[in-house]
Amino acid sequence: MKRHLVSTADLTLDDALLILDTAEEMAQVSTRAVKKLPTLRGRTVVNLFFEDSTRTRTSFEVAEKRLSADVINFSAKGSSVSKGETLKDTALTLQAMGADAVVIRHGASGAPQRLAESDWLHGSVVNAGDGTHEHPTQALLDAFTMRRHLNPGLGRDLNGRRITIVGDVLHSRVARSNVHLLHTLGAEVTLVAPPTLVPYGVESWPCAVSYDLDAVLPKSDAVMMLRVQRERMNAAFFPTQREYSLRYGLDAKRAAALPEHAIVMHPGPMVRGMEIASEIADSARSTIVEQVTNGVSIRMAVLYLLLGGSEPALSPARPAESRTTEEHSK
Amino acid sequence: MTSYLIKNARILGGEPQDLRLKDGVIAEIGTYLADDGATVIDAEGLIALPGLVDLHTHLREPGREDAETVLTGTRAAAKGGFTAVHAMANTFPVADTAGVVEQVWRLGKESGYCDVQPVGAVTIGLEGKQLAELGTMADSAAAVRVFSDDGKCVDDAVIMRRALEYVKAFGGVIAQHAQEPRLTEGAQMNEGTVSGELGLRGWPAVAEESIIARDVLLAAHVGSRLHVCHVSTAGSVEIIRWAKSKGWDVTAEVTPHHLLLTDELVRSYDPVYKVNPPLRTEADVLALREALADGTIDAVATDHAPHPSEDKDCEWAAAAMGMVGLETALSVVQQTMVETGLMGWADVADRMSRRPAAIGGLTGQGRPVSVDEPANLVLVDPAYRGAVNPDSFATRSRNTPYRGRDLPGRVVATFLRGRATVLDGELV
Ligand SMILES: [Zn+2]
Repeated sequence: MKRHLVSTADLTLDDALLILDTAEEMAQVSTRAVKKLPTLRGRTVVNLFFEDSTRTRTSFEVAEKRLSADVINFSAKGSSVSKGETLKDTALTLQAMGADAVVIRHGASGAPQRLAESDWLHGSVVNAGDGTHEHPTQALLDAFTMRRHLNPGLGRDLNGRRITIVGDVLHSRVARSNVHLLHTLGAEVTLVAPPTLVPYGVESWPCAVSYDLDAVLPKSDAVMMLRVQRERMNAAFFPTQREYSLRYGLDAKRAAALPEHAIVMHPGPMVRGMEIASEIADSARSTIVEQVTNGVSIRMAVLYLLLGGSEPALSPARPAESRTTEEHSK
Repeated sequence: MTSYLIKNARILGGEPQDLRLKDGVIAEIGTYLADDGATVIDAEGLIALPGLVDLHTHLREPGREDAETVLTGTRAAAKGGFTAVHAMANTFPVADTAGVVEQVWRLGKESGYCDVQPVGAVTIGLEGKQLAELGTMADSAAAVRVFSDDGKCVDDAVIMRRALEYVKAFGGVIAQHAQEPRLTEGAQMNEGTVSGELGLRGWPAVAEESIIARDVLLAAHVGSRLHVCHVSTAGSVEIIRWAKSKGWDVTAEVTPHHLLLTDELVRSYDPVYKVNPPLRTEADVLALREALADGTIDAVATDHAPHPSEDKDCEWAAAAMGMVGLETALSVVQQTMVETGLMGWADVADRMSRRPAAIGGLTGQGRPVSVDEPANLVLVDPAYRGAVNPDSFATRSRNTPYRGRDLPGRVVATFLRGRATVLDGELV
């Protein structure tokens, strides 16, 4: 694996499976009475958030603490961060403080890559969401959740599973990361959105595109609803919230068209009544809460693999049937 | 004044000849000329071209002297082989009055490294609302003939029409920065497959092409002159080709970087590739080269746009748009146009000297390399190959997209009316 996690496009199939399998091991830790591993003791991880995201930051923070890392939360939001020098100056500061890894959330697409490829900082960079570009750990936790439901077992991929991603693909970093990763894992991805919310040049992406949700749902093993901000209608991406919901929202009637085994996902935060009806979000086939739990396991796995290096994640208490990380790391 | 005897230079790439520069003019051209006390320059293997003329230079003074001054910018121009540059109007204050254009003109005279022809703003403050005093700028000591709100598009169709009409009274030309503003709000890069993947807001080709289409029709309607700045798309080329086929008085320029670089480079998110108009696709690059070769595009113009390092040393969205270009322009043209076989050196002289001088109305520039003509000359070593080293630049800024890239050709000497501004590749 590379030293940074900036884009899921950088992950090979082996990398992706290694992360998913390691996350399964981490999930076991989280079920123990003592939920802590000593793996990252003495290592410093900085959560550098230029945008508010309590959900993502908390998830990373829990993951870091379970690995015994020293955690620093560096919220750049609110300070005058309209100009870019702040990114460089902040990076130089973190470097001086000896950060081993920086988890960065930034409103500008490409900021994590800039950080990773600059000489401002030497630690590992983990992209926790950049602009409308990528959100790799979200895609990994989504894939982890899908695998548990659709093809459970260590070493397994998502070959042939049909995944439908619905909503504001144009502005979605979650969608971009998911398309790359799910393609790598062998899934067949279909994006569904009004044409205004489909990125220009999507023909070159490894996925299909449809404007017709009803036609796609019966052929979906998982459907992921993306958040659609109401303000988009002010920029004429769609006429009204009502029309959006009618054409692209997941209500009970539409959900009934899904195959029995299909799951309903949402990366959050949801706009209930917009892209998803409450009764579906809270239904048995919804994995929305589970995704949050899995997020911690995935982030533990990513940080462990980027920083922990060669030692097995769970040396003393590892169950016999679990594969060691080394087995996958060729 | 020193006189020079240039030995064995290949004028426009022709057979080696000697040139005598004396009293500001080319006094003699021939073979085996006697030195007669002149300083002799061995130009064996060098190409002699008329001094280059840039239609599009941001000298930043007044207002952004941290990025460039008239002095540093004209020194960079001389090193790049230029003997005249057009200084764009988007300074602070904006060059929208006779006072500001005369200030820039005077600074150019004092610098002595190349002629500085100020461009006047079309509208007050570049705001696109009210015409600046175009006639007063034309009548000033700066004798402005080219007017442009460059950096911003004159997007209001009525204002554009009036400007085109008004400058007919004094033989002016409107140089349009074609960018439909609503289609490019917050735009970060060319809209294409790369922008979709990178999650950077797209800058569609149609935003440029729709303005050019409107403007050529307006220019035809009122019978005036339009110049299109930094054409960057294949579609724009088609529109300009069509307008010219109608006999309309439309000219166009292309930048060196749009002849070489594509939006694939943006995958690095390195703001050194952030520029307005944005880098486009390979197909656009090839169409632009073809258009420059066949004359549809009249001129190469640098759009030299210096920025201090802090404006580029940041994330993409926060970075300023623009690249320095004076000191690499000729090398890029050699690589993209000469070494590809699309143009000869005479064509280079035409697109980088004669035609831009004609568009800008500069009478003493862009002249043939022949006896009794002003001794504005550049000597180029076309065999040179080397990596671009920004530390050697004369410009105050370092925002070049070519750092470390191997480019052919090197300016060995530049003469401004018989006086050397560059010798042995160094400023005099
Ligand atoms: Zn411009």
